[in-house]
Amino acid sequence: MAVATDIQKVLEDAAAELYVWALKDIPQDLRDALVSARGRETSVPGLRVLDTIIRNVQVAEEERNLVCQDTGIPVYYCRVGEGFPLHPARIAEALRDGTERATIEHPLRSNTVHTLTRENTGQNVGHRVPILHWEFVPDWDGLDVKCVPKGSGSENMSFLKMCTPAEGVGGIKRFVLESIVGSGGKPCPPGIIGVGIGGSADYAMHLAKEAIARPVGTRNGDPLVAELEGELFDLINETGIGPMGLGGDVTALAVHVEHADTHMTLNPVAVNYQCWAARRATVHISADGVADFDREA
Amino acid sequence: MADARMSFPTSEEAIRELRAGDSVTVDGHIIGIRDRTQIRIFDQGVPPPMDLAGALLLHTAPNVRKVGPGRYEKLCIGTTTSARMVRFTEPLGRDYGVRAICGKGGLPDEAIEPMRRLGMVYFAIVGGAAALETTQIEEIEEVGWEELMPECLWKFRVKDFGPLTVAIDSHGNSLYHEVQAEAQKRLEKLFARI
Ligand code: SF4
Repeated sequence: MAVATDIQKVLEDAAAELYVWALKDIPQDLRDALVSARGRETSVPGLRVLDTIIRNVQVAEEERNLVCQDTGIPVYYCRVGEGFPLHPARIAEALRDGTERATIEHPLRSNTVHTLTRENTGQNVGHRVPILHWEFVPDWDGLDVKCVPKGSGSENMSFLKMCTPAEGVGGIKRFVLESIVGSGGKPCPPGIIGVGIGGSADYAMHLAKEAIARPVGTRNGDPLVAELEGELFDLINETGIGPMGLGGDVTALAVHVEHADTHMTLNPVAVNYQCWAARRATVHISADGVADFDREA
Repeated sequence: MADARMSFPTSEEAIRELRAGDSVTVDGHIIGIRDRTQIRIFDQGVPPPMDLAGALLLHTAPNVRKVGPGRYEKLCIGTTTSARMVRFTEPLGRDYGVRAICGKGGLPDEAIEPMRRLGMVYFAIVGGAAALETTQIEEIEEVGWEELMPECLWKFRVKDFGPLTVAIDSHGNSLYHEVQAEAQKRLEKLFARI
């Protein structure tokens, strides 16, 4: 099992690096989206906010500091090839160990607490934390891990509604708009609005979260869903909530919708808010244990 | 919308000059505070070990490194959501003479009246812009109630802290209130289009 052990170590090291990297250096697509948002904004407080955000991203780089103080709850998306030489049980172990190490070594603020006692459970790890999502890919021997440290200010603005089928697409749009207006400045707008539709209640929220992890500029592959993304984007930005809820033209940097087919009497819609500090970082690990970091995935 | 530079602690007169929408940059001293700090002061009735008269309070739980007894060095200092601490607005002004509260996301409308009556303002900082905020904090001068770590009382010396936006002024204006009222109106129209 020498190979498997080594690859577990490679993955643990990569996870430790990934978490810190995600917190310090936001992807280019997001930087571009912030600059383009600044170009669209006309309100004075809105411009002030966007200028400060853009300056902050720069300062984080120069000072090698975190973009935002909230190190989030660590979430990992794993795509495991059928031929990858490490079992998912060990992948999970490596990600947990890497998260813990990054928290101690950097050091990072640890946010994880027991849900009832509110006592800190350790170094950003705990019961079922980090949160892991899995996808298994046939005819492939690699592994992709995407780390999304999710901030609480925006995560607290998550909403689910079981619309009726009769409410149709209109019900979906209405609920998304009400959620965004109700959230005001609390989730640090402008952000990426993740919307999950279809499936079951839990799966709709899962899809909404998957949606926020997509790079800005990507569209859903289904043209009908992509059209909904565009429409929601325009509607949300017309609400006038603006940067940090102080009023303005830019409330969303992007709207991403993910969908699943659903039951004929279900019409679930979930909203997961991702703040402007939409941090994510990915590593690809090959079957022979080479880690290749990818800023843009 | 004016651009002001202020030093804290400050006076009621200086606060009354500010209008919603103004931009403010702060020098001097500000005090970090959070949920547990205020629960101790008001729910448990323990007077704070620091003078809050004329103060600017910042809603924060900073990331710090301990460098000696009672001495801390900044690592990353950002701002937390204010709304859940709104119930402390009035007693902070009335009992301790606090003049300004700075946080992210805003305070609900129930803060407007006490701020008008007592001469207080709410400053909106850019949430999440912690890297920049950290460079504007020169030093952690004093820490009270260390056992509440990280929700202690923090005395920070700051320079060029901001830009902050006056989001609730002492004349009954709140940008959050205005934005919500306008958004509700717009929603009606948007719903008709859907
Ligand atoms: S909502 Fe996002 S940007 Fe705002 S403080 Fe939390 S993690 Fe940072």
